[in-house]
Amino acid sequence: MYKSLIMKNLVILGAGTSGTMMANHLVSKLPKKDWKIHIVDQYKTHYYQPGFLFLPFDIYNENQVRKEGKKFIPKGVEYHQLKIEKIDAENNLVELENGVLSYDILIIATGSKIAPQEVEGMHSKAWRDTIFDFYTYEGALALRNKLREFKEGKLVVHITEMPIKCPVAPLEFAFLADSYFDKKGIRDKVEITYVTPLSGAFTKEYSSKKLGYLLEEKNIKLETDFAIERVDYENKKIVDYIDKEISYDLLVTVPTNMGDEVIEKSGLGDDLNFVPTHEKTLQSLEHENIFVIGDATNVPASKAGSVAHFQSETLTDNILLYINNKPLKEEFDGHSNCFIETGKNKALLIDFNYEQEPVTGTFPIAGIGPLKLLKESVLNHWGKLAFRWVYWNLLLKGIPIPFVSRNMSTAGKNINK
Amino acid sequence: MIKTIKQIAINVNEEGYLTDFSQWTKEIGEEIAKENNIEMTDKHWQVISWIQEQVTVKKPLSIRGIKKSGVIDIKEFYALFPGGPLKVSTKIAGVPKPKSCI
Repeated sequence: MYKSLIMKNLVILGAGTSGTMMANHLVSKLPKKDWKIHIVDQYKTHYYQPGFLFLPFDIYNENQVRKEGKKFIPKGVEYHQLKIEKIDAENNLVELENGVLSYDILIIATGSKIAPQEVEGMHSKAWRDTIFDFYTYEGALALRNKLREFKEGKLVVHITEMPIKCPVAPLEFAFLADSYFDKKGIRDKVEITYVTPLSGAFTKEYSSKKLGYLLEEKNIKLETDFAIERVDYENKKIVDYIDKEISYDLLVTVPTNMGDEVIEKSGLGDDLNFVPTHEKTLQSLEHENIFVIGDATNVPASKAGSVAHFQSETLTDNILLYINNKPLKEEFDGHSNCFIETGKNKALLIDFNYEQEPVTGTFPIAGIGPLKLLKESVLNHWGKLAFRWVYWNLLLKGIPIPFVSRNMSTAGKNINK
Repeated sequence: MIKTIKQIAINVNEEGYLTDFSQWTKEIGEEIAKENNIEMTDKHWQVISWIQEQVTVKKPLSIRGIKKSGVIDIKEFYALFPGGPLKVSTKIAGVPKPKSCI
């Protein structure tokens, strides 16, 4: 037992984007004489996950998307590189592979991951032969090697079911694939099809209106309302519940996304192992001394790094309020901010929350920008590339991003459509 | 936008989804179904009630959810609401269709 008699323990599970940010925020704010902060993660490497989109196209290399996780954990936080076996919420204990950690406050930041085994025939002999994902480091690299050799045929970019981490990533993948094959001079030999279980590539009114042209411009075919039942990997077809079939030579799928299995083992999750969480305070709905952040929650915000960043500011305040027995702030508004690559060195930027759908405008400074919302621009693309530096140097360390507030600002947005 | 169904004015978005669930009645649902060439049966209404319950308790709608609903299996769901069952059934139920972030 690591428990001490006088000190209280705050335990963070997961040292990904959310967990690392929380460690950095809290280390300077929790009184050191009363609180000991622990962070637990079984993996040594911290990945810059937005970079996985660029690996398959040889835009980024391996070293640009990975660093040693420990380097980002501040002094004064005890780092346990151990597997988490189970959370015993009734007794305020976390069972680790070689011991037990007791907690007074628990922060769950265990993220989400792909579950290709959820669809028959997906995690099959053809996995990483003709069926690929790009949501894992290994998958993105395997796909890079495949694309280097790919000369012609049908590329199908596919979403299994919602919710997924970074919901725009598959669309970005299709756009970047168009640019990639164009640059190689083989675009006319590759057919690109985008397959979604939703009613369109764009499902929000304003986005469809403003961005509907993109698929046509890039000659990307669209299949909507496709709920996959199985992959017929021998005949290279995906099949839906009404026996509709789509053939592929190369299937790039976003498998079902699920929370960590430790959530399931601990009985703390929903059908997809996401933890039921108050959407504005980020407190667990079941246990008042458990808080949840990032992809691990079931809140209806996007599963994205920017969301985790905005949540971390609210959650830090709420942890301090909780410690002082004060009511929590119902503050988090679902704020999300994402660059969307559209290929040919351009990108879009969207800024939205639970209530406000993405609209056009200027960001972050109203009326000035320099970035443009919901509109393609070269500057947005440079913004996306610059974000990798921001991630490693500001975001993970909990340093605020200039001009960007935790709650979404309506200034600079064209809200009257 | 305002749409008039059976002489009742209701608020809808550009795709015809109700923007205020309090305006929904079974009659309005029935008319929207007709516009989508669907004749409502008891089974249809069971699915619509289930969808409305999910939305009330803020559970996201998905095909996985339908599979576990105990109301209907996925093949039946497609047969009852042809041409994109989630987008058609949500329109009849007077609730927003499942969306992504853009």
